[in-house]
Amino acid sequence: MTVVRQTLYMTVRHLRELWRQPWFVGVTLVQPVIWLLLFGALFKRIVEIPGFHGHSYITFLAPGVVVMTAMFNSAWSGMALIDDLNRGVTARFLVSPVRREALVAGRLVKEAVVVVIQSLIIVALALVAGASFPGGPGGVAVLFAVSALLGATFGALSNGFALIMRQEEALIGAVQFIVLPLTFLSSTFLETNLMPRWIRHVSDVNPVNWAVLAGRGATSNNPDWGVVASRCGFLAALLVVCLAFATRAFQSYQRSV
Amino acid sequence: METAIEAQRLVKSYPKGVKALDVLSFGVGQGTVFALLGPNGAGKSTAVKILTTLARPDRGRASVAGIDVVRRPDAVRRAAGVVAQGSGVDVRATGRENLRLQGQLYGMRGRGLEQRVDQLLTRFGLGDAADRVARGYSGGMQRRLDIAMALVHDPMVLFLDEPTTGLDPEVRADMWREISGLAGEQGKTVLLTTHYLEEADQLAARLAIVDRGKVVAEGTPDQLKHELRGDSIHVELAGELNGPVHGVLEGLAGVRDVAVDGRSLRARADDGGRSIPAVLQALDAHHVAVASVQVARPSLDDVYLRYAGRTFDAAEAEAAEVQR
Repeated sequence: MTVVRQTLYMTVRHLRELWRQPWFVGVTLVQPVIWLLLFGALFKRIVEIPGFHGHSYITFLAPGVVVMTAMFNSAWSGMALIDDLNRGVTARFLVSPVRREALVAGRLVKEAVVVVIQSLIIVALALVAGASFPGGPGGVAVLFAVSALLGATFGALSNGFALIMRQEEALIGAVQFIVLPLTFLSSTFLETNLMPRWIRHVSDVNPVNWAVLAGRGATSNNPDWGVVASRCGFLAALLVVCLAFATRAFQSYQRSV
Repeated sequence: METAIEAQRLVKSYPKGVKALDVLSFGVGQGTVFALLGPNGAGKSTAVKILTTLARPDRGRASVAGIDVVRRPDAVRRAAGVVAQGSGVDVRATGRENLRLQGQLYGMRGRGLEQRVDQLLTRFGLGDAADRVARGYSGGMQRRLDIAMALVHDPMVLFLDEPTTGLDPEVRADMWREISGLAGEQGKTVLLTTHYLEEADQLAARLAIVDRGKVVAEGTPDQLKHELRGDSIHVELAGELNGPVHGVLEGLAGVRDVAVDGRSLRARADDGGRSIPAVLQALDAHHVAVASVQVARPSLDDVYLRYAGRTFDAAEAEAAEVQR
């Protein structure tokens, strides 16, 4: 119970920061909007390729952009932690009775909240741009949940790296190295059956692709709930692993002080 | 007297092979103010980090309020309040929010917490700024907020790591008053680290001089000063020394412990006033020009020189060299 309450306290702290600079959510939306509107328009006719199912590329693309945004945003979660390390805030927490799990989880809950807000905006924009979500509100809700799950996973990973690297430059490098390749090695932009065979194999073990498959599946008119459930299960398992990693990474930080 | 803080033969090295603590031991009696005095890089902060459970010692044992810091870190955390070097204030939150969160981490809630927060804000003169974001606070205000946060759960033992470093002289005097007040309060034990000699002299009932990860001297400020018989003579030379002036001065009656550091010459004398003419004469005979002469009762600076074998300024300079 203590850890839940402490997580809540930490979440309040992070959401308050967000509340004081809400424009930040807008800034992080610039990129996804470009992907959605420009990329969507540029590759509009891609649906004419033989083997592409469906008639509207923006309908295909929108769930992918929602997932991608969740990852992009949360992968930077560790930057704020490095700021806390530099300002002595984390050290102060670590000499208090707060649980390490709560220090990580508080940030992840905040990332999940941000992901849901961003996802709502992207879905609204996609609807305006002509996309449809045949799976209805229930399907969109699953898409949000999957995105929040992926966001929390990458947030945990980013926090773990932040504690080990403790340098903004190093974390920026690591994030850049990871997020774009994972996006292109998934079905965010292109259907799986049109991918080169090796990318298809890689995408099978790519968590971003799990989230895209589950989210797009749930918003389609004929969801394969088996796929949705199994990919959600994989993501949940990965989140647990990443949480454990981030929590343990505090030891690495404490050895350095 | 009960021992509130105990460090026994602590050893700690950092990954790059820097030995921060080299068998460091000291004890602090309950309800007293104790200072660890030493230059930057002497190991004071490392000792505090171990005692407050942030870092672990490689070897040795330590306890706070009778609780082993390695075996029961959580119990130590509840018993201790910590003001770290620099600051631990969340500058994006207000003073009140900082204090409230700090209290919550120690399990405080509801009206009791709000009352405690208000009380601390008033006591530390932060009432008017309570609902402003701490980024806009002055250095002194942030430091006062740091101390208020360390006190929120009313700890038995308080650690202050370099509490006045970087503060203006007037603000420092305010802080000294605040810290002396704490010691008088309900038997709180205070361990403070400092590299200001006058700060240790002012605040601490006892102090340990730390140099290169070891305690080189320990006692009350007066005891330490009394161990140095007589006065200190400080001669500022107009030029660099050449030749064995050392020997010349050592030979004078009543003069001893001669140390030269650049253009600064220090010595001890049973009666400073009486020895000065002889010292000046001897220097003149060796064609050494003198810029100024001072005679003073022993200071902690002299104590430091005696036990660490170098002046405090030289030790600081060396520490800065190592850090670079």
